[in-house]
Parts: sequence; C-alpha cells; structure tokens
Amino acid sequence: MRRQVESVVAWLEDRTGLPGAVAHFLDEKIPASGGWHQVFGSVAMFLFLTQAFTGILLAFNYAPTPGEAYNSLRYILTEVTGGRLIRGLHHWGASMMIVVVVLHGVQVFVFGAYKKPRETTWILGVTLLLLTLAYGLTGYLLPWDNRAYWGTVVTTKIAASAPLAGPYMTRLLGAAKGVGVVTFARFYSVHVLLLPPATMLLILAHVYLVRRHGVTPQPGDEALPKKPFYPGQVFKDTAAIFVAFAILFTLAVAAKVPLEQLADPTDTTYIPRPEWYFLFLFQTLKFFQGPLEIVGSTILPGLAVLALLAVPFIDRGQMVKVTRRTVAIGFVVLAGIGWSGLTAAAVMSTPHEAVAQVDYSAPTEWIQLSPEEMAGIAYFRDENCAGCHFAGSSLGPDLTRTAVHKDAAWMIRHFKQPAAVRPGSSMPPVALGDAQLNSLAAFLLKLTPENATALADAPDFAARGAVVYQTGHCAACHMVNGVGMKLGPPLNGLAKRQTQSWVDDHFANPQKLSPGSIMPPYQFSAEDKKNLTAYLFSLPE
Amino acid sequence: MEERESAPSAAVAGSSRRGFFQVGICGLGAAIAAALGLPALAYLLMPPKSSRQDSWIEIGGLDRFTAGAPLEVAFRRSRADAWKVVSEKDTAWVVKHADGGVTAFGPQCTHLGCAYHWDDGRQQFLCPCHSSLFRMDGSVISGPAPRPLDRYETKVENGKLMVGRLQLSGESRA
Repeated sequence: MRRQVESVVAWLEDRTGLPGAVAHFLDEKIPASGGWHQVFGSVAMFLFLTQAFTGILLAFNYAPTPGEAYNSLRYILTEVTGGRLIRGLHHWGASMMIVVVVLHGVQVFVFGAYKKPRETTWILGVTLLLLTLAYGLTGYLLPWDNRAYWGTVVTTKIAASAPLAGPYMTRLLGAAKGVGVVTFARFYSVHVLLLPPATMLLILAHVYLVRRHGVTPQPGDEALPKKPFYPGQVFKDTAAIFVAFAILFTLAVAAKVPLEQLADPTDTTYIPRPEWYFLFLFQTLKFFQGPLEIVGSTILPGLAVLALLAVPFIDRGQMVKVTRRTVAIGFVVLAGIGWSGLTAAAVMSTPHEAVAQVDYSAPTEWIQLSPEEMAGIAYFRDENCAGCHFAGSSLGPDLTRTAVHKDAAWMIRHFKQPAAVRPGSSMPPVALGDAQLNSLAAFLLKLTPENATALADAPDFAARGAVVYQTGHCAACHMVNGVGMKLGPPLNGLAKRQTQSWVDDHFANPQKLSPGSIMPPYQFSAEDKKNLTAYLFSLPE
Repeated sequence: MEERESAPSAAVAGSSRRGFFQVGICGLGAAIAAALGLPALAYLLMPPKSSRQDSWIEIGGLDRFTAGAPLEVAFRRSRADAWKVVSEKDTAWVVKHADGGVTAFGPQCTHLGCAYHWDDGRQQFLCPCHSSLFRMDGSVISGPAPRPLDRYETKVENGKLMVGRLQLSGESRA
C-alpha cells in the first residue's frame, strides 16, 4: 500500500511537480515568534472559499432578475432541502468575513508587519478589505425584498452625491432613473462575475508577497532558529478555522435570516437600515447636513481609505516589539471606541417596526386563512390543545388528520362534552362560547399534515388580530381572503392603500377620515389595535 | 549515557506532537468538509418539498356530454415549476358511456404525441400523423400506436366532471 502511494506520488512529481510544490509550500520556515496571532489570514481565506461554495449552491436555484429573484429565494428557503442552511451560511459568512478580514488587518497593524519591504502586501490587503465590503454592498440587493431595495436606494444616492464623479457613478451603477432592473443586473454581475476573480487574483498576489518576504519576524527572532510552517502553524490555522466555522454554522442554524416583503418601490413608509458593518457610516452621515453631506458620505470615508493605504509610508521606523507599539495600539483602541460608539448610536436610534414584519422566508400558508380560521389558531393556542394532540401522542389523536372524517358540528359537540360524543375520552370540555368554538372547528377543518407546521408557525399578532376582528364582527361589512360581506371595502391590500396611523385613527373616528362612512367607531385597547392593524397589514393583496 | 537517552526521547516527544498536529488537521478538516458537504449534497440531490399540487379541475356539467359522441374539452390548469406557477392550457377527449360513466382521454396519440381527433363517420379516434386508430374505449385498432390512449383521473362531484392527473396507459398492444 505504502509503496503504491509512493509510486503514485513519484509519478505525479515527475509529470507535474505538484507534490514537490506542496512540500515546498508547507516547509516554509517561519520565525520562532510565529503563532496564534497569525491565524486570521488563513481564516479569511477559508471564509472566502466557503462564500464561493455556498454562493454557487445558491446560484443553482436562483433567478437573477428582480421579482424572480425574490420568488426563487423564497423557494430556496421554504422548499429546497437544506436551502435555509445554505442561505444562512452565505449570509452570516459575509459578516464573519468582514470581522475576520478586519481582525487580520488589526493584527498586522498592531505588529507593524506592513513596514519595509511589505508595503505592497499591506496595500493589497487594504484593497481586499474594500472588495469584501463591495461584496456586502452588492449582495445586499440580491434578495430583492424591501430591505434590499430601500437599502440600495440609499447606497446609490450616496454614490450620486460624490463630488464631480456623482452623475457618472450613478450611471455606472445603473441607477440613473432610480434603483431598477439595470441596477440589479449590475449589482449581480459585480457580485458574481467581477469580484470573485478579482479577489482570487489579489489573494494570490497577497500570498505570493507573504512568501516572497517571509512571515514578519519580531525583534529577537534573529537569534532563534526558524520553525517549519507544517504541521505546527498549519494546525493552529486549522483549529482557528474550525472555531470560526463552528460559530458560522451555529449562526446559520440558530439565527434566522428574515426575508421581508417583495421590494415595493411605492412603499414610502419603509425606513432602510444598512447591514450592521455599515451602520457607523450611516451614523457618520447624520452629523453632516445639507451641503456638508458629501463630507460624511464621500470625503471622510475616502480620506480614511487613503490614510489606511498610506500607513506603511507614514510609519517608517524600525521594527519594535509589539508591546512597545503604544501609538499603534492607541489608534486601534480609538478606532474601536469610535466605531462602537457610532454603531451603538445608530442601533439605538433605530425606530421599532411600526407594523410587525411577516417573515416570508418561512412558509406562509396562514396568510390565506379566513379571519375565523385564523382566530381558531389563537383559541387552539390558548386552550393548549397541542399539549395532548400532536403527531404520535398517546394522550389525544393527531388533529392534522381529523378534517378527513369529522365535520364542524361533530367537533363542536365534542368540544362541549368530549365524552358524550366519544365515549371514554379523557379530554376536558373546552370552555369557550359558541362563536369561539366555531372558529376552532373552522381552523381544525383547514388543518392538514402538509400545512400543520406552517400554521403552527403563524405569528401570534395575526392570530390575536383575527380574534379582535371576529369579536368586533368586522366580517359583517368587510371581506378578508374572500370571506365576509362587501358593505365596506375589502381589507386585502389595505397596506397598499393606507398608512398604519391612518387605520389607527380611522378606528376611533371613521367619519372624520372617510366622510359618509357608515362604520361605527371602535375603542380597542392599545394591544388589540396593534394586533388587528398588524394582522390586516399582513394580508395578501 | 544520558545524552544518548534524551535524544531518542526528544525525538519520540517531537514525533508524537507532530502526529497530534497531523491528526488534528485531518480531523478538523474532515469535520468541516462533512458539515459543508452533506448539506450541499442534500440541497442538490433531495427532492424539494413539493408545493401545492393542484389536483382536480372542473371541466363542466355531466349533462354537457352525450353518450356515444366524444367531445374535446379545453381547460386550464396551473402547474408549479419550482418558484413559478405556470397556467397551462390542456385538453381532454371526454367520452360518455351508455351507463352514464365518463372517461377523459389525454389529447395526444400514444405513438408520437400528435393531436388525434374523433372521426364521426368511422366512429373511431384517428391520428392524422401516422393513421393510428383507436376505439371509443381508447384501445388501439390499427396503426403504429404502441398502447391505448392515456386517461385522466376523473371524478364526479355535484354533477360536475372533474379531471385530475393524466395517467399513462401501461399495457402494450396485444
């Protein structure tokens, strides 16, 4: 076996030279001081490869045109096996990559590893940081939901405000007439056609320069023998990569990435927020109003990039021990404080969502239910029916299959006196009024094994809102999802026609806002009103 | 004496350290590859959760059909194509039997998929492409057609005829 492997390796060496090249790469001698602080570059490269991998997988099921993009992403999230995980990895991988690239830069900065002869390595590194941010900026538009659309509107407006270059930038981004199909095509092609090969070339050049000049030694290293890159440092790199990957995987599994409504260019109430790593820029912008705005939007960020590029030419002193690089450490600490302060200020000034957001990345069959059925979900939860009735339970039958052979009348009799209809039943009577029992039965009739999970995940505000809708007898005049009367306007599509505050005021005094309306005033509790409005605003058009 | 002893033991310590590193690199690498590779395989190879299969389509009241006079009925059905729902035009040849039962045939000849039609004079289904002939019950009389006409699943609800999926006729010509 061993001899066969050796002969294959020898053959490969003779024909390609590859084993020798790998050995040469792994046997690189690194300074004695090398160690855990030098793992970030490898982790960044690993994350880049992971992003490429998950990105390609997403592209296999993604249609890169507005509208289609949103639907295909929804398809990935709700129907494709593992689609949610792959998207989670790509989404959180982007954030992790920015964190790790910045940490890599901070390490190099603090240690002064950019000094002669490594200035070009540093410049390539800064460029790679900018490319990483460009991925974030362009990838943000690709889900084509409200968040993506309105976030990109801000991005393109900022680009348009650049002195002199503004109009050209706008045209380059395909946003001369606002964010539209051309913008989308440009962002997509930059994200998948331009940036990846550029990144690969730059990484190649970056790593080549690292090899050319060697890993930066620290003062005192000259006296010590060098050590090989493999296996000690490779192990440290792998362990760090593993930790980063474990964090990424946990985030992808545990932290849901929401998908909002399909992008709506007419939704003037939407308040766009950038991704967390751009929040500090967003906050900086607030300090510069009117004609000074370009200072915050382009001049300051531009100067910051220039300053970063110039670092190795400004600090040209001798290498000193990292513990004596107090000025560099001070810079990092100050930048960290400034960044955290701006980000925290931006987070704190984020207004709470006026209307509860529906997460469209999950199946949303509940949206199609009538208010009566929807209210049934609330009663189902209040009465804790699922405590006994769940698939495989010995306490009560699985209700997802009830509708097949029971009707509403049977169910209601059973709710009132469980044992009378089903002898031997240990179920306690359901202590609800007739209208509520009707709701409960209506919901159970809609329940099937296929939609059970989607209905179980129906947001609570919608179920509560539907209860308010039912107790207020709104259906006596209004229609929702095809159920109800047409005395008043149908309520599907209300979100398109009115704002939330209009609807709130309208409940209290309908005639004031729509003269001639026959709707009586309603005095809901604040909670009820919030849930009802949120429910009505979540209805499909 | 001492030196002789310490040199090999240092080598042993060094090689066990080296072995630990190598096992660690391979183990952690394999764990990452598995955590990325297995979901990727599931993503690519597992069938997507099928979205709503819209099953039955009403194509008209039973009284619309007369026994012994096959009628071609056009209807629309929506088909989910991944994230798109496509509305497609479809047709069926509906035959009412003397006993009131109804059969709905798929509109394509089982030979090469041409649209056949009912020949009133001959009382047979005739495919114009290669002259396949079928009886009113869908069985092949002559021509190159290898199997009887395909049938839709059918059911009658409140006097309305509903068609479901098209089922390929299995039996080949005897």
